[in-house]
Amino acid sequence: MTQREQEFLEYVQGGGQVEAGDWMPDQYRARLRKFIEMHGNSELMGVLPEREWILRAPTLQRKLALTAKVQDEVGHAQLIYRVVEDLGKPREQCLEDLISGKSKFHNVFHYPTKTWGDVGVIAWLVDAAAIISQKALLKCSYAPYARIMKKICWEESFHILHGRDVVLTLMNGTDDQRELVQEALNRWWGPLMQFHGNPIAADEDPMVIWRIKSQGNDEARQQFLDGYVPQIWELGLTVPDPKLGKDEESGRWHYTEPDWDELMQVVTGHGPRTQDRLDLRRAARENSAWVRSVLLAEAA
Amino acid sequence: MSGRAELLLAIADDELILGWRDSEWTGIAPFLEEDVAFSSIAQNEVGHARALYELAARDLGTTADELAFDRRPEEYRCAQLVELRLPGWEHTIARHVLYEQADAERLERLRASDDAEIAGLAAKIDREEVYHRLHAEMWLERLKGEPRFTAALDELRPLAEAVLDPSLRDGHTPELAELLEEMTSVRRSQPAGTTW
Amino acid sequence: MIYEVFRQERKGQAFQHAGSIEAPDEHFAQWYAREQYGRRGESEALWVVERGAILRIDDFVDELNRNYHRVDGYPLKEKLKEARERASRAAAGDR
Repeated sequence: MTQREQEFLEYVQGGGQVEAGDWMPDQYRARLRKFIEMHGNSELMGVLPEREWILRAPTLQRKLALTAKVQDEVGHAQLIYRVVEDLGKPREQCLEDLISGKSKFHNVFHYPTKTWGDVGVIAWLVDAAAIISQKALLKCSYAPYARIMKKICWEESFHILHGRDVVLTLMNGTDDQRELVQEALNRWWGPLMQFHGNPIAADEDPMVIWRIKSQGNDEARQQFLDGYVPQIWELGLTVPDPKLGKDEESGRWHYTEPDWDELMQVVTGHGPRTQDRLDLRRAARENSAWVRSVLLAEAA
Repeated sequence: MSGRAELLLAIADDELILGWRDSEWTGIAPFLEEDVAFSSIAQNEVGHARALYELAARDLGTTADELAFDRRPEEYRCAQLVELRLPGWEHTIARHVLYEQADAERLERLRASDDAEIAGLAAKIDREEVYHRLHAEMWLERLKGEPRFTAALDELRPLAEAVLDPSLRDGHTPELAELLEEMTSVRRSQPAGTTW
Repeated sequence: MIYEVFRQERKGQAFQHAGSIEAPDEHFAQWYAREQYGRRGESEALWVVERGAILRIDDFVDELNRNYHRVDGYPLKEKLKEARERASRAAAGDR
């Protein structure tokens, strides 16, 4: 590391932040941009599992809440890609790389949604897992990203409320409705446990070292379990992991080790719905390419 | 059914079905900023439908959700224009332009209604529709030179008259039944009266 | 074109930079800013400005140490100590 890079590292480790036009080490800029781009990709792909249910929402209120939630995610993608663009990579390039499979998005968005139970479980638990990661970005050393995270976290809190509301209504409903929730939870538990990533020690995690995020993967997972397993159990739901429990002495949760190979397979483009969803994105983009040209042509 | 309920349902059904169609663009609109914007329009439309259904529901002794979801396709009173599934942006915007023009006139008449509740609700809805009209005009300005857009306008214009004049509404396209089938698939999976 | 959005959260507060949007012209920019930064009723008002219209200044020069512009240009502590001691000696001398 050069002297200047070392000073930069010490600066960010001391809580210092930088802006778009500031000097930053190449390795910092590269990691940062890739991390933020993956986040943008995830928001954009996260829309697809949920939008099918916008059309099937069973009440007007649910229809509005779910549409608003998905709209927020599109809005987040907009905020995030703008940040990536100001770091040097145009939005169109990000979208091309996403569609071609060159860049990645989070594991949970590669899986199918099968029932209305998924709608509740995703909004409640997947968004909860996401908000934990997102809160760890509020103090990101890259200030433009930290600033948009504030808006993103605020909007995500509505999603969790919506998810809770859907789930609680189902749990207080018919036997079939309760079964919808349990069945969805059984399917989503594996991806949820993988969501925060492999256990890398925080002090070996470049994202933490450069103060891009302030929390390691394991810590995030523990926080998720601590916050949400009690909420799951108190509703009479079961988690499909016989080893799941909290060690009262250490305060740490133990569980069956997630399948890290599965995670790797999925995020490298081999999830159950990866190709379908990328194809849908590609088709949507191609069908509307003429619109973008018309708008650009006149914006001289 | 009273004339008032009929009137309310015709407009509510238009807004509901149009809102449902417009919401199909959430997540796949031509670009992100427009995606967010158009989704708000879709939500407003469903919101307008809800307010109109609530008014009709009191008259009819039912609820807004039951009116929105639980009728048979032939009982809906929407104009055919809003039923069409339009996967091309040129058609969606053409419909948006035509519908907003017709709806502006419709709302003007309703705001002048002797029925204070209807006049009041029409005024509220219109205050939101001002923005929809602005949006439609913005896009019209940009696309008016595009042949595929002008073709779409020509294609859909004949259907716009029925928005303003319900007496011209003569049955439904098969697309309405398909839309309602999907729209009610979760709701119908449990007995009527189940809370969601 | 890129438009920067400044947001006032409540009446009386300063407008703060909230983010940016891409739009073909100012009509679209207004529509998009209103939705992206106001659909949840979270803003009192917005300023939307085309990025090119913003003049950025981040170079400030002070080669000759203009300490009269700073607090450290006014070393009062020693002088105050001296003045208090002189005043108290004078008061003691009067008695």
